[in-house]
Amino acid sequence: MRVLSWLYLALMFGFIFLPVAVLVLFSFQDGRLPVPPFNGPSLRWYVEVLGDRRLMSGLMNSLIVASLSSAMALFLGFLAAQGLARYRLPGSVLMRAALIAPLTVSYLIIALGLMSLYQRAGIGLSLWTAGVGHVVINLPLCFAILYASMGEHQRSAERAARDLGASEVQVLRLITAPMLAPSMLAAYFLAFTFSWDEFIIAYLLTRFDVTLPVEIWALLRSGLSPRANAIGSLVFLVSVGVLIIMELTVFRRVRR
Amino acid sequence: MTTARENRLGWGLVAPALAWVALFFALPFALMLGLSFARLEGRVVVQGFHLDNYLRFFTEPALFRGLIVSLEITAIVTVVSLALAYPLAWIIAFRVPRRWQRLALVLAILPFWTSYVVRSYAWLLVLGQNGVINRALLSTGLIDAPLIMSATRFATVTGFVHFFVMLLTLTIYANLVQLSPNYARAAADLGAGRLATFRHVILPLTLPGVMTGAFLTFVLCIGDYITPQILGGNNELTLPQLIMMQLGRRGDFPMASAMAVILMAVVTLAYLACARWLRMERV
Repeated sequence: MRVLSWLYLALMFGFIFLPVAVLVLFSFQDGRLPVPPFNGPSLRWYVEVLGDRRLMSGLMNSLIVASLSSAMALFLGFLAAQGLARYRLPGSVLMRAALIAPLTVSYLIIALGLMSLYQRAGIGLSLWTAGVGHVVINLPLCFAILYASMGEHQRSAERAARDLGASEVQVLRLITAPMLAPSMLAAYFLAFTFSWDEFIIAYLLTRFDVTLPVEIWALLRSGLSPRANAIGSLVFLVSVGVLIIMELTVFRRVRR
Repeated sequence: MTTARENRLGWGLVAPALAWVALFFALPFALMLGLSFARLEGRVVVQGFHLDNYLRFFTEPALFRGLIVSLEITAIVTVVSLALAYPLAWIIAFRVPRRWQRLALVLAILPFWTSYVVRSYAWLLVLGQNGVINRALLSTGLIDAPLIMSATRFATVTGFVHFFVMLLTLTIYANLVQLSPNYARAAADLGAGRLATFRHVILPLTLPGVMTGAFLTFVLCIGDYITPQILGGNNELTLPQLIMMQLGRRGDFPMASAMAVILMAVVTLAYLACARWLRMERV
């Protein structure tokens, strides 16, 4: 039984890591095709990818869209969570449901809906129009995370601040936000990675300037290439880097 | 502070988020719903209340088949992913020493952080005609000709299962470690064997978490365009692939809208079917 468990664990880890291992290995391929036999290692595809104007501008666009849309989602989600956790409002169950609702709808449908809105309103597609979509998908996430982490000790601290004469804005800025900092960081990073990696909304709602996943998609249409492996490995490296930073800062503090 | 003033403050805090959801989620959906009843004549969208798109979807086999294909693939993916992820989460929760559990879990979902598009592409490198598996099998002499694995349903399902095993392992693990060991102990004291304890105690207690994960898998899988497009080839098309085709090649926005509404209806039906087990507020 014990041996079987370890065997299963090893097999599943093999399955989970197989595509990533192949991806990274053949990003160092010294040849035109990212398939066996492996020649190399060579860094030529990394050099080529880092010098590719379109991929690099896609990368910049993705960073901009992800950082701004996540900030917006966090801001709106934070205010709403505070409003619903602190005040007993009539219809709060319904409002919570409305704020969570986009989470249960496919990104494709959200994108199609926004397309009809933009067409009707005569708004041209750009990074902004895609960013609006990313706020829609990340707002429920930020709201849910922050709403779940608002506790009683915070409420008392806020009440104390109010009794000492702090205004509502001061309470939010000086008490609530700092106390929630770990959850806010976690929500922001999660929203950031979702937006950073999102494809279908960015694909349908951008036109001339596009995000990195859309550029990678265009790259893949020309078939297998170590170039795709190299950019894929770089994205993976960045994500894992962010993950490690989070693990060492945010989550360590949360556990204490 | 008076209640009226408190209410006003509360409303003021919730209002921006609600406005955003209303303006960029509810209104667009309403517009799309309206558009699904419009008609494409030539290249012009004619507004009105026509059921043409819906009738065409259910009578044209090439379109309706997409729904069936999507449902089949999603069902297979959900069942296989659950069957693979549950034992994995269980082993990490109860077999791996406590101090290594966090590391094991982080490793189990590490490929989650590769780009979604790139992950499907990576499976192409593994399953392709010249891919790693075929080369390995050919060189050992187990097969004489490469197996055709890419551009098949098998490839699509493999790509999906890879993604959802990671997702489900995480959610199921979170459920398993929340269980008090007292339940299993009590069952054992009452004479239940290990299998009986699992079937009658552990499994029912983790069912809500499992169902939430399964529903999430269902929603994400049935609405995904990337994985079937990259791995499935064009032999059979899923509903999202057909929707994208309406948009691209034909510019038939009303038909695409109608199919999106149908997709949404299917997800809603699935939600209602498992609503009593779901704990969405805990996601």
